[in-house]
Amino acid sequence: MIRKFVYILALSLFLQASVVQAGSEDNEILKKSSSKNSASECFEGASRMIFKFNYALDGAVFEPIAKGYRSLPQPLRKGTGNMFSNLRSLLTLTNNLLQGDFSGAGNTAGRFAINTTVGIFGIFDPATKLGLAEPQKEDFGQTMGFWGVNSGCYFVLPILGPTTARDAVGLIGNAFLDPVYQITHNTEISNGVIGNGSYSEHNYYYYRGSGAVDFRAKNIESFESLKNNSIDIYASVKSLYLQDRNKKISGNDSTTDTLNDNDWEEIDSN
Amino acid sequence: MKKKIFIVIFLIFNLTQNCFAYSSDPKKFISEIVDEAKKILVATNSKEFKEKKLEEIAKKIADIKGMGKYTLGKYRKNLTDEQLNEYENLFEKYFLKSFSSRLSDYSDPKIEVISAEVLNPKYTIVRSVLLATEQKPELKIDWRVYTNDPENPLIRDLIVEGLSLARTQKEEFASIIENDNQNFNKLFSTLKEFIAK
Repeated sequence: MIRKFVYILALSLFLQASVVQAGSEDNEILKKSSSKNSASECFEGASRMIFKFNYALDGAVFEPIAKGYRSLPQPLRKGTGNMFSNLRSLLTLTNNLLQGDFSGAGNTAGRFAINTTVGIFGIFDPATKLGLAEPQKEDFGQTMGFWGVNSGCYFVLPILGPTTARDAVGLIGNAFLDPVYQITHNTEISNGVIGNGSYSEHNYYYYRGSGAVDFRAKNIESFESLKNNSIDIYASVKSLYLQDRNKKISGNDSTTDTLNDNDWEEIDSN
Repeated sequence: MKKKIFIVIFLIFNLTQNCFAYSSDPKKFISEIVDEAKKILVATNSKEFKEKKLEEIAKKIADIKGMGKYTLGKYRKNLTDEQLNEYENLFEKYFLKSFSSRLSDYSDPKIEVISAEVLNPKYTIVRSVLLATEQKPELKIDWRVYTNDPENPLIRDLIVEGLSLARTQKEEFASIIENDNQNFNKLFSTLKEFIAK
């Protein structure tokens, strides 16, 4: 029943994202337009309420956990962060392949092999020292963006936070593409194909939750600064989310290629 | 004798002024600002004193009027002259408070200025990194420097890890205006609240 609901939701969100794409005659024009960093709201009132709930939850639960995590010794935090990053790279690998980025896939696979073996299950990162630079994280939402699917409208999910119609479909797609999810989830369903009860679905959520805590701990000051200096924090988070997704989809680290100068020119013209 | 004293005073004044002048080269300009801000931040003064000093720097190095125009975007044309004056006044106070408050959270920032890329005669992007500490990862910070007057470069935007602060601010303002049925009362009252807190 839940699966059926998820499929219907994914399909309707995908159609929503595709309709936006169909509205553009030329995807290249769409990509170059200044609107690539903006998205209309799906249901702003509800999203603002969910945002408030997430904000309160963050203050009550995630921030204290992140602060506690940060008080752990630095080598322990670094090892934990490396381990999650190593597991997460499997999702990047499948998306590298879906985007036809074979050199990126080779790099990601090489890093995973070295860090899992020499780096003892990813706790250490010898691959970087050997010259295999850490790649940008990829997910299915980015892959769809790479294929030309537009973002669709913007909304906020409980606990998971900001997203767009395309990225929400991407979240569901990630589950199917992430080998970690497949191992934990399918093992539980088939009652132990691998024959080990510790490979159960809830371990996948521990892994994702712990990764989120690691990220939150690394960005405590940034979140604090955002809270203190925003006059509409909902709009700030939306802007930052869309800019970040656009940057990741373009796969370009250069500010000059990802920011549009036209709106700066406009202020000098009058 | 009076003439000599006048010349000496004139020379001292000029030399002092030159000491405070920033380089016209965008990369050196950013390096100088970073060094100056760092001196303020590492000193053992109160947070209020540091914020006041940072505000003084911001007035000299940032194109606050230009950023105010950019932040208001298309809505600028809907303002009366009186509203525009009020907006510019509020925006300056808001920007200075926000700028100094963000920076004063850093006690000893280690920023390395790396390179500069001339986009066109009006803009140069200066690239830098805020080095990692035990607690925080490394951050890339790009500075959009407005070079329309080549002798007097000014900062118009800070782009942290590819995310433009000016754009974020612009979208924040737009959201408040749109949710106020394209009126400016809510924006002005929100800015006043922010300045007063």
